[in-house]
Amino acid sequence: MNGLMHLPILPVILPLIAGIVLLALRNAPLRLQRGVSLVATLALVPLAIALVQTASDGTQLVYQLGNWVAPYGIVLVVDRLAAWMLLTTSLLAVFALLYAIRGSDTEGRHFHVLFQLQLFGLNGAFLTGDLFNLFVFFEILLLASYGLLLHGGGRKRVKAGLHYVVINLVGSTLFLFAVGTLYGVTGTLNMADLAVKLAATPPDNLALVQSAGLLLFAVFALKAALLPLYLWLPAAYAHTSAPVAALFAIMTKVGAYSILRVYALMFGDDAGPVANLLDPWLAPLALATLTLGMLGAVAATALRQQVAYLVVASIGSLLLAFGLGTRDAIAAGLYYLPHSVFAAAALFLLADSIGRTRGEFTDRFESGPEMPGARVLGGLFFVAAAAIAGLPPLSGFLGKFMLLKAALDSPLLPWVWSVVLATGLAGMIALARSGSLLFYRTHSPHGPASLTPPTAVALAPVAGLLLLVAGLVIWAGPLSDYASATAAQLLQPQQYIEAVLGAAS
Amino acid sequence: MEALIALVIGVLTAGGVFLALRGQTFPVVLGLTLMSYAVNLFLFVMGRLAIGVPPVISAAAEGYTDPLPQALVLTAIVISFGMTAFVIVLALKARAEIGNDHVDGLQRDEDRNA
Repeated sequence: MNGLMHLPILPVILPLIAGIVLLALRNAPLRLQRGVSLVATLALVPLAIALVQTASDGTQLVYQLGNWVAPYGIVLVVDRLAAWMLLTTSLLAVFALLYAIRGSDTEGRHFHVLFQLQLFGLNGAFLTGDLFNLFVFFEILLLASYGLLLHGGGRKRVKAGLHYVVINLVGSTLFLFAVGTLYGVTGTLNMADLAVKLAATPPDNLALVQSAGLLLFAVFALKAALLPLYLWLPAAYAHTSAPVAALFAIMTKVGAYSILRVYALMFGDDAGPVANLLDPWLAPLALATLTLGMLGAVAATALRQQVAYLVVASIGSLLLAFGLGTRDAIAAGLYYLPHSVFAAAALFLLADSIGRTRGEFTDRFESGPEMPGARVLGGLFFVAAAAIAGLPPLSGFLGKFMLLKAALDSPLLPWVWSVVLATGLAGMIALARSGSLLFYRTHSPHGPASLTPPTAVALAPVAGLLLLVAGLVIWAGPLSDYASATAAQLLQPQQYIEAVLGAAS
Repeated sequence: MEALIALVIGVLTAGGVFLALRGQTFPVVLGLTLMSYAVNLFLFVMGRLAIGVPPVISAAAEGYTDPLPQALVLTAIVISFGMTAFVIVLALKARAEIGNDHVDGLQRDEDRNA
């Protein structure tokens, strides 16, 4: 028990310490910095696996910081959902870092420090059980993401970064307004305690609580890039460096995670007067996001931009699943989440390799020179594209199939089926078009010798991410069982509340 | 006093939103700062307004004011201070990289036509 006791805090504290150590080592040899960063990131994987194992039998580990009992102190809570998110993040981080070590970490200073602090913020946001603490971790991960986004500099990157920073600062302000209102009404910020207090909202305060709840939704929707708040994403993701874009594939999912956590816990079926606050909003907006994201992918003029729009579309599918709100739908969403993260990250990394190989044509959709090493690149592109478009036998297909099946008894059934199937087709057409443009419609260049094929080191992280996607299919049975159990746990917030507040007595 | 504080927060927020929607980076930064002032004040008064009562336990106190919003607002001030510093540096960098201070990197006459 003693060793287990401090397990929940380790994924938060480890990247923080690694970040500080790396800051102290800023003048040390690059190999040492890379080594420290890689070891710290790799160490998160077994930690996350241990947490998944602990949480898989339904245990909800509650870690009281400084032994201050909830709701007075801040708690970290590991349940199935948090462990699942941690595992996805740590696996993604390893491959993003492996790709960065290839060279893009030297474009500017302090890449590894920012990378570790980004993981610190992400892991903290997934673990915390306190709304204000969630705000603080959001700020940490955002501040690190500002640094990472701008890493390397350049005109387009700075312009996209400025928009990203300003819109997120406005988002943070709204977050504080929402948190302040909730505190003013209920007198607590602990999520479990809030759930209890909100269920007993007196009619006088109902309008206040509802507006605070919807304001929070606006903030999370902004982070998740839900329509109409997604406009910042394509430019920001398309212009940053490839490993950062790959890591950012999880960033939008933090917004989706927060929506799921907060609205399942605090505004779920049991929440009395504020129950199901989001029902009229989430699913329709998600459908619209899916449609527009896919239209953006069809209209994109470069591969990176296309993948960024596919990230928007994947957020649409994900929040559609959460918006339907049944156990099967949420389980489908949770199964789809790591798939969309890994597939999008693989495509971002691959787009960078393709862009480098094509020389001055980069990843623009123009007929370019024949690429050296096109077979390997094309093979990887085919697998990644099939995964993200949702073709069988890969995990995107399974996720979408589970989603369609879960929608069968929903009143939105015709909308869900028509939009998901039509956007699936559009995604396939868009990716087939870009693939044939990049790989087949080539002209013989003047100096093909000047182009160098991508190195195996650059392609290994892509292959690794695609193997994870394949792993999602191979172990689809146990993983979808876990997702289903997670959904069941989320739909019974009483357990979470007892675990957090019961630990006080 | 409640009405006055509410008015102050409202005016700060309105000014902040107006400035944040401007085209040049400097007014945008000022707007973000005004909004963060507004939200800090808002968080602070969420513990209710009370005059002359202590936030910590003392034998002589007749009543208490809520200490938690004061701690929250301190955190929020530190964060918004750091963010403001960052966004100012970023705006300067954007000015240097893009060559003008428009948020979309447009020249002034382009902006007028658009």
